[in-house]
Amino acid sequence: MLFLHFYCENKSFSRSRKYTNTGRSRCFLAMDTIHACFKEKIGEVLLPGDVFSFRLSESGDGSIKTEKIICGPGLRRNGEEVQVCKSGILRHKQPNMYWIDSQQRRYVPAKGESVIGIVTAKSGDIFKVDVGGSEQASLSYLAFEGATKRNRPNVQVGDLVYGQFTIANKDMEPELVCIDSCGRANGMGVFGADGLLFKVSLGLVRRLLAPQSEIIKDLEKIFPFELVVGMNGRVWVKAKTVQQTLIVTNLLETCENMTSQQRQTLFKRVAEGFL
Amino acid sequence: MQRGLDAELKKQLDEEEKRIISDEHWFLDLPELKAKENYIIEERSYAPCEDLVFGRMSFRGFNPEVEKLMLLMNTHKEEEDDEEEDNVSRMETDITDEEMARRYESLVESMRKKFAKKRDRSAITKNKEDVNCNAVDNRPKKAFLKPQY
Repeated sequence: MLFLHFYCENKSFSRSRKYTNTGRSRCFLAMDTIHACFKEKIGEVLLPGDVFSFRLSESGDGSIKTEKIICGPGLRRNGEEVQVCKSGILRHKQPNMYWIDSQQRRYVPAKGESVIGIVTAKSGDIFKVDVGGSEQASLSYLAFEGATKRNRPNVQVGDLVYGQFTIANKDMEPELVCIDSCGRANGMGVFGADGLLFKVSLGLVRRLLAPQSEIIKDLEKIFPFELVVGMNGRVWVKAKTVQQTLIVTNLLETCENMTSQQRQTLFKRVAEGFL
Repeated sequence: MQRGLDAELKKQLDEEEKRIISDEHWFLDLPELKAKENYIIEERSYAPCEDLVFGRMSFRGFNPEVEKLMLLMNTHKEEEDDEEEDNVSRMETDITDEEMARRYESLVESMRKKFAKKRDRSAITKNKEDVNCNAVDNRPKKAFLKPQY
């Protein structure tokens, strides 16, 4: 059995706001009330320093099977509390994932994300790759498909690579790989002989990579092109002619601050101007 | 002359060593602390939160390999979502199941006939319809007849 004690605090005017369930009552509900704590604030703007607290105390036997809550980016665990550390809107995904949807341009490496990197140096067995973070990532030459000690991959300084992070935390230098756990490349590796690389904000990148992205759907109606989107804010575009490439670049850079209506009118104008 | 130590001597020496080592070991004189079960997991990346798709894309056939990759990676992601659902999909077949069963039946028959001895071959054709082996074959077995001079 899980007993939850709730605080009743009237600290609505203090800087750090605590979101709890009001009332001093002993409830026998399990994780539903924890979710209820969050659910009140889904879709609202939160500021760093806001705390979600729910104190749990066990009664009797210690083995309690509870569901897990997953705190995504922007939320941190602080003992038994969850603290907000970025300003933004609280989002929720079934069954138990919460995160803060925020905007920034500076990328912080995170494990499992696929990014575009630029090879800056070749030293011994590893390549140094610039991913836009505070440190350069290292990419081992064996982390390519079909690479062995004798058969080195054909990577030069200045090449663009699309890879995933295997190690990315604040204590160590990040490490990239261009194969997945089975040893297959799956589209990762060196790419892009031509085309143009440019930088956008991280919010736009997430909008481009969303499952049913409207921007992508509108863009592909204009003309055929190829696109590589890295989660570090870097986008690479290639189209048939230089002019088309520049058009796509400009469209992507400008549609960051447009509403969907404005974007659609702009895209229509471009498509008409092109035909 | 004995080279090396006796088995007993060895055991004694080992025990003494262990005793000395365990005396020297330091340990905390605290009650056993159970690790608190963490029910809050931290996730640093946006990719699982928002179900982001694969980053390489190609439109209208600009790069066919990348388009194939897109299909592969995105259906792979959908398959992971549908893992819990019952996805027994019937594959498309050229012939129906009944025809397959009939074909297989006759195939088994013909193979059996092929490897049966000459005398059994005729028996097989006679007893084809007797599934439960109710009719017992009561013909006398043909024995060896000694030639009479």
